[in-house]
Amino acid sequence: MADIQVADKGGKGGKRVVKRSTRVDMTPMVDLGFLLITFFMLATTINKPHAMEMNMPAKAKTEEEKSVIKESRALTYIVGKNNKLYYYIGVESPMVDSVDFPPSSNIRKSIIDRQKAVAAQYGHKDSLVVVLKAQNQSLFKNMVDLVDEMKINGVTRFAIADYSKNDSLIINGIISK
Amino acid sequence: MPKIKVPRKSTFVDMTAMCDVAFLLLTFFMLTAKFRPQEAVMVDIPSSISKIKVPESNIAIVHVDRKGRAFFGVDNQQTRERLLEIMLAKYQVGMTPQQKEQFKLLENFGTSIKELPKYLNMDSDARNKYDKEVALGIPVDTTNASAKNELADWVHQARIADQQLANAGLITSDGLIIGIKGDGNMEYQNYDAIVKSFIDREIYKFNLITTLKNFQP
Repeated sequence: MADIQVADKGGKGGKRVVKRSTRVDMTPMVDLGFLLITFFMLATTINKPHAMEMNMPAKAKTEEEKSVIKESRALTYIVGKNNKLYYYIGVESPMVDSVDFPPSSNIRKSIIDRQKAVAAQYGHKDSLVVVLKAQNQSLFKNMVDLVDEMKINGVTRFAIADYSKNDSLIINGIISK
Repeated sequence: MPKIKVPRKSTFVDMTAMCDVAFLLLTFFMLTAKFRPQEAVMVDIPSSISKIKVPESNIAIVHVDRKGRAFFGVDNQQTRERLLEIMLAKYQVGMTPQQKEQFKLLENFGTSIKELPKYLNMDSDARNKYDKEVALGIPVDTTNASAKNELADWVHQARIADQQLANAGLITSDGLIIGIKGDGNMEYQNYDAIVKSFIDREIYKFNLITTLKNFQP
């Protein structure tokens, strides 16, 4: 109760009709009201989903339109089955490696290392171009994690490309080892 | 010197006014809160660090469930109506006025346009059952690009319908936003097929809808 009873001083003796206060204590009702307000406020803002913007390149109409990336500044990731992630540098004699994820922080080291190597050669880490590919049976969330990881590490240039036959040869090399 | 008598006052605080304010605010929040639109399928979306909020209006969302079935929905009823007219003309499917009215109230659906009139005749229980068990999703076809690429057509035409209505001043819109709400555990090829079909219709910009991930450095 939000009040302290003030003791009535008994006046005159004799029978007295006790006057009951008509005041209703509103405190619990206010408590309830604010509790519900808090709930509704939190429930409406927390549940909001977030958007990850994707910009895809237009389809290249001719062979000349296809962009070519220098081997020395590229890094290719391939999302594979069973939460595997393969990555390689170079094409002719690729250095292939693989990590498991989640957590996606496992990828971070490989990006940072490559960023450093590219920065040493070209002067700035933004010269790095990352190519992302995925096998058909890989999971969508792994691809989202990978794109997310690009944003976390400040990779400004990355593109999603098709998984090719050449890639499967490179991956098979590491699996058979 | 006479003693000053301090009158004992009650500490009772009148809570009525506070109570009024609390419930006024409560009513306000309850009324402004938008009900989550009924979704045909359960989609467990992946997480990302992206902090961009998904806009509340003028958005077309493609839901893709774990099996790769695609469901499509536009939020604005006027856009829905216009879109349906365009699509019916394009695919030469007939519909009764009742079915059109039903479509206007439909949050999202996952059938081919040929099956759509039948779907609209069902009541909500039958629809739920259909969505869970029978629905195949909207056809996504990248090989036979121009003829049967229904999902990309819905999205593409929705954008046109939105543009037309905005130009006519019937709705306010800065261009329809396209969102893909994909289940994290679906296979990548389903997503890839949808994106390829979008590119085919020259839709290059869209949003992946994700939940917020706590970032551990």
